[in-house]
Amino acid sequence: MGSLFRSEAMTLCQLFLQSEAAYACVSELGELGLVQFRDLNPDVNIFQRKFVNEVRRCEEMERKLRFVYKEIERASIPMVDTGDIPDAPPPREMIDLESTFEQLENEMKEINSNQEALNKNFLELTELKFILRKTQTFFDEVENNQITADQPNNDDQQALLAEEGKTIQAAKRLSFVTGVIQRESLPGFERLLWRACRGNVFLRTAEIETPLEDPRTGDSIIKCVFIIFFQGEQLRLRIKKICEGFKATLYPCPENAAERREMAIGVMTRIEDLQVVLNQTKEHRNTVLGAAAKNINPWIIKVKKIKGIYHALNMFNLDVTHKCLIAECWCAVDDLDRIHQALKRGSEKSGSTVPSILNRMETKESPPTYNITNKFTNGFQNIVDAYGVADYQEVNPAPFAIVTFPFLFGVMFGDSGHGTLMFLFGLYLVLKEKSIAKIKGGEMVDTVFGGRYIILLMGICAIYTGTIYNDWFSRSLNIFGSQWYFSNVTLSDEFVRTHSDIQLNPKTAFHNQTPYPVGLDPIWQLAVNKLTFTNSFKMKMSVILGIFQMSFGVVLSLLNHLYFKRTVNIYCEFIPEVIFLGCIFGYMIGLIFFKWLAFTCYSEFQPSILLAMIDMFLNFGATIPKDSLLYAGQGVLQPILVALAVVAVPWMLLVKPLYLRREHQKAMAAKGSTVRYDTTSETAPIVKSEEPPEGVEHNEQKEEPEEEEEFDFGEIFVHQAIHTIEYCLGCISNTASYLRLWALSLAHAELSEVLWVMVLKIGFSTNGYAGFVVTWFMFGGWAALTIAILLIMEGLSAFLHALRLHWVEFQNKFYDGQGMPFQPFSFVRIMKAEEE
Amino acid sequence: MSGLPAFLGITFSWLFIGAVVPFLIPKANTNRGLIQTCVVIAAFCGWMFWLIVFLAQLNPLIGPELNNHTLHIMIQQWGRRDG
Repeated sequence: MGSLFRSEAMTLCQLFLQSEAAYACVSELGELGLVQFRDLNPDVNIFQRKFVNEVRRCEEMERKLRFVYKEIERASIPMVDTGDIPDAPPPREMIDLESTFEQLENEMKEINSNQEALNKNFLELTELKFILRKTQTFFDEVENNQITADQPNNDDQQALLAEEGKTIQAAKRLSFVTGVIQRESLPGFERLLWRACRGNVFLRTAEIETPLEDPRTGDSIIKCVFIIFFQGEQLRLRIKKICEGFKATLYPCPENAAERREMAIGVMTRIEDLQVVLNQTKEHRNTVLGAAAKNINPWIIKVKKIKGIYHALNMFNLDVTHKCLIAECWCAVDDLDRIHQALKRGSEKSGSTVPSILNRMETKESPPTYNITNKFTNGFQNIVDAYGVADYQEVNPAPFAIVTFPFLFGVMFGDSGHGTLMFLFGLYLVLKEKSIAKIKGGEMVDTVFGGRYIILLMGICAIYTGTIYNDWFSRSLNIFGSQWYFSNVTLSDEFVRTHSDIQLNPKTAFHNQTPYPVGLDPIWQLAVNKLTFTNSFKMKMSVILGIFQMSFGVVLSLLNHLYFKRTVNIYCEFIPEVIFLGCIFGYMIGLIFFKWLAFTCYSEFQPSILLAMIDMFLNFGATIPKDSLLYAGQGVLQPILVALAVVAVPWMLLVKPLYLRREHQKAMAAKGSTVRYDTTSETAPIVKSEEPPEGVEHNEQKEEPEEEEEFDFGEIFVHQAIHTIEYCLGCISNTASYLRLWALSLAHAELSEVLWVMVLKIGFSTNGYAGFVVTWFMFGGWAALTIAILLIMEGLSAFLHALRLHWVEFQNKFYDGQGMPFQPFSFVRIMKAEEE
Repeated sequence: MSGLPAFLGITFSWLFIGAVVPFLIPKANTNRGLIQTCVVIAAFCGWMFWLIVFLAQLNPLIGPELNNHTLHIMIQQWGRRDG
């Protein structure tokens, strides 16, 4: 068989890399992405490894790049992403990169601090400008009030103002402070001021209309100008403290108008000068960042690659002579040539004279599971892997799921109309996959996009099953002409007029053996007793499909037993399993088919299969009454089948453990006495690279004890008992579980019918011009609900149930799923992982 | 009119897909085995599903029960047939 049926044949290899060539070789292997390195120093702390320094340097570079990256993003400069991925640079280039980044970061930091200072300065000046402008209006008010002060005034505030104004003008005893405060803290500030000064201050505020920029964060903030009038030095101190507490900035403001005007002019010119300087700084910053933006993506990739290489090198052992690094890796046997070539390229690149050596090693360890998938099979493999990664070289359910998964989905989602929509959606994703793949839309989008081929196949299957169910948006198509006929004799017009509900009689309205050729006869769609009929056949259909799939699973377990040469399992597990399944459930579907073929409306009796199955067990061996006899030899065959099924249970349960015990006793007798392997010696791991490495020997010693498995009869027996119980009960409960095919298909058909009757039909049955409008809106509602409920909700539920049927009912017949996934050292993987 | 031609026609179409098409897949294709498996399983599933519905209607034990308005329109639209 081809790929995907079993995982790739893997081998453990040992690599000898010259110290100077190791980096280049690992870099080549990373580009290739076909080897999984084993950590040869699992006991060594990360901080004590050989290349920890280099890894740290890489992390430092990454930090700097992240800083620059953020700055570029903040300045919203477009980053050049040509999509081409640079190779990992040679180690000596690392120093260049480091100095480049260092320089860049320092420059950025300097520019930033300069800019911050300038911005702060600018903010202060702007605030001062606003203070001068706003306070001017206060002072103007005061002067005006003074004029009107003579007149009697009821307004307290104005009176107070006027009084104060007078005092300012006259005695200058009232002093004032001006400043700027954030708008949010103004109410609190005002309240505290009032309380602390016992109402002996007067506060005026005015909002600055244009939002200001925070020099540090760049956020815009809204501030208010305030002016506080008060009397006395004590109050001044108190006010100043409150201002400090509220982070209000105080600015000096001259008392007379001429000075203020002068100051305002001064401030304006300074602002203008500063603006020029600021613009220049910004321009400089942008040029620096623009230059960095061109290279930032390749830089990030380069650093990631370097880091990846050193991480890999940290897993290696050092040779005694220090001239050579020793690595162990898993790789597929078929890829060995390509790996050899990569190593050769690496050695050439580094100019090393001694070639790198790749040795295959023997091991007892179970290799990782490596299934080579393409974009089509990947989605299906993911479905299987989500349950559990296959054991090494175990039969992989994914290739079978490629068909059965969408098929079972279709059985539950059977509607050609909905299937067509789903198919078109899948087709869109598949045709536009190149452009959609570039969109980073989050987990949800990625999941849907990853399953695009599954969606496509699910759509196709739903179209087919919908055709068989004869459902197109819950309506039937009468393509071949209904096979039920209306005879003039039994269904005269008079008869039809005078009876309300008429049940057609198969004897007078149907010719036996002439069913509607493809799918359900459209007449059932309009029948009152449609459900009676569809339920009956959908229930049988679920059981039949279920038993076929389970039997297929049992057959796959045979393939596993054959492949792994577990002959005992064939005789002690597979054969009784087949007998058990066949004698009860195989017999049941046999009866279902038989009844369809042999019994007609003309038959004298129509015995029930359900009762026949129950009686088969409860009335074991009893004679079957004539009215429930399905066929002549039933009374003889059924007890035989039950007996076989019953015998299969102890067969499954006892034979294998007993056989294994006998074999073990035989072996013991042959050996005389067991030789226990001494496991205590040589368990000390290689801690430091300075120590003479004995990687090969070390591993052999670690593995050998695994060979000698202790024979534990109790454990084997319990294991077998669990397996037997699980299988026998499983056959029953799993068959029942397949009834979900019926339940979900019923639910889907009913929901879509309800939607048609309750929504779209209202539009169709409205008369006149109103009908036109109503239909328009009802169609909108119907279409929206169809997509939301029937396609998305029902689709998800059918998907989940199909998933369950595969994971539990199908896979538990043969699949262990305890394997380790193959995780090759690959730059592509490293970068993908970082993105997430 | 008997259902036999329909049965044979559709069964042989699926048989063609399940038993002949797998051999038509080019040998050079690296995924030949996989495609063959898929085609065979698909043919079996498709055929079995059709067969179940076909057989369930082969010898109906009950007839559809219809509202007389529906029946009246059906007779008008689909016409009468006396067997």
